[in-house]
Amino acid sequence: MTKKFTKEHEWIEVAGDTGTVGITNYAQDKMGDVVFVELPKLGASAAQNQQIAVVESVKAASEIYAPVSGTVSAVNDALVKEPQLVNQAAEGAGWFFKLKLANPKELDGLMDAAAYAKFTAESA
Amino acid sequence: MWACSESLRSPGQSGAFSPASVFGRRRSGAIESGARAVSETETDRPLRTTPLHALHKSLGARLVPFAGYDMPVQFPAGILKEHEQCRTKAALFDVSHMGQAELRGPGADAALEALVPGDIAGLGRDRMRYTQFTNAAGGILDDLMVTRRADRLFLVVNAARKEHDFALLKNHMASRGCSLAILADRALLALQGPAAASVMTRLAPAAASLAFMSGADLAIGGVPVFVSRSGYTGEDGFEISVPAAAAEALAKRLLDQPEVAPAGLGARDSLRLEAGLCLYGHDIDETTSPIEAGLAWSIGTRRRAEGGFPGAARIQRELREGPERKRVGIKPDGRVPAREGTEITSAGGTPVGKVTSGGFGATAGGPIAMGYVAAASAAVGTRLNLMVRGEARPGVVVKLPFVPHRYAKG
Repeated sequence: MTKKFTKEHEWIEVAGDTGTVGITNYAQDKMGDVVFVELPKLGASAAQNQQIAVVESVKAASEIYAPVSGTVSAVNDALVKEPQLVNQAAEGAGWFFKLKLANPKELDGLMDAAAYAKFTAESA
Repeated sequence: MWACSESLRSPGQSGAFSPASVFGRRRSGAIESGARAVSETETDRPLRTTPLHALHKSLGARLVPFAGYDMPVQFPAGILKEHEQCRTKAALFDVSHMGQAELRGPGADAALEALVPGDIAGLGRDRMRYTQFTNAAGGILDDLMVTRRADRLFLVVNAARKEHDFALLKNHMASRGCSLAILADRALLALQGPAAASVMTRLAPAAASLAFMSGADLAIGGVPVFVSRSGYTGEDGFEISVPAAAAEALAKRLLDQPEVAPAGLGARDSLRLEAGLCLYGHDIDETTSPIEAGLAWSIGTRRRAEGGFPGAARIQRELREGPERKRVGIKPDGRVPAREGTEITSAGGTPVGKVTSGGFGATAGGPIAMGYVAAASAAVGTRLNLMVRGEARPGVVVKLPFVPHRYAKG
């Protein structure tokens, strides 16, 4: 399983041709208490970096972008009743949706964990 | 992040996040802007700090620029927990950034009445009242609290407007043989919540007998403070004016009480929104009259009849004929918040107004908003659409407040 990160603070964990996507712990900490997640529809397709979801925290809304191109194959229904899962377990139970990858090569351009850690340390 | 968030912007700043233009744009929301220490719309002046700044840092506060001050938007508990703390126990807010001042002189009442529609002459000893500075067009320059002390009027004004307000007062008072003293060396703490009275009584027994909207000179731990039974959350609570040098010790003493936890500006904003209270620069500004804003209750019969404050003509006309637009409470049907700037349409799609404050009400249990709509669309129960990210989200006009007030009775 490969876990990669974007500059927009999304993570994607890939197994076979499916990637699970969420926002990072760094992101949930910065945005504060999440009150609502607007998830994409099953079957929707998105190009890499296209806006695909919205996270509403108490104070503001943030766009979520598809880290790679693909088709939405699952969404995390648990977030409907419990948006706070994003704060409690951003990189686990707080996942947003799964994508069937259209072009796995796009993963090469994303950061690995070490690079993302460096990236967030530099932004602080 | 928080520097750009809608409800915390000082009036006059333009926000980086505009709901209508979000669609398809690169992120400008909560994460990226949080990484910048100071919003690019701030000036290059270093941020001012309150006497509790070091304490906030030691408590792990997330600090953001607000009205030129480095202020806690939240503590480690987070906005939702701090909001809940205020509604169930007691929350302590640092509001020392706000302006405190005193007006003295035999003509001070009349002088102030020339600037505000409130009844100042009739304000009893140690009583306090909410009013507004109005302009010639009948709009609002700031809202404020006025308290009658033994030989002076004590004013508390908004942080973002204090320079403006003090300049206005200074010139005005001097021309009438009265004086303005700015209390620059005092802090202001707000202890709010159902447990606030128990806490205050423990520390200053006389606080128990303070009536809502009244104040008294008390001593806490030997330090003289001025305490009023007032606040901005809809809960019972107290506002404490304390010498700056004694502020940290007082705050620590309050935080030591088992019922008390610190809360920041984020929770303060969601609490006041649930209480249906206006935030200057958002729900009220130089274009809104007190009548449009639903603040006619703060203008007594004598002043309605006599006028004698800026903009009286428009205000009196709106009292007679009704205003063209009205501030209302709006409950979106679903779970998507409708934030400041969101366009409001009728159920049929005709534009009727705009959201001026909006977010998530933790006690109300969902998104809540306030805004102005055409008078014909202002009746409770009117169905509306909120244009969020290009989509019409249905909602309904509701009575304010979203959460009942629980001010001290008697």
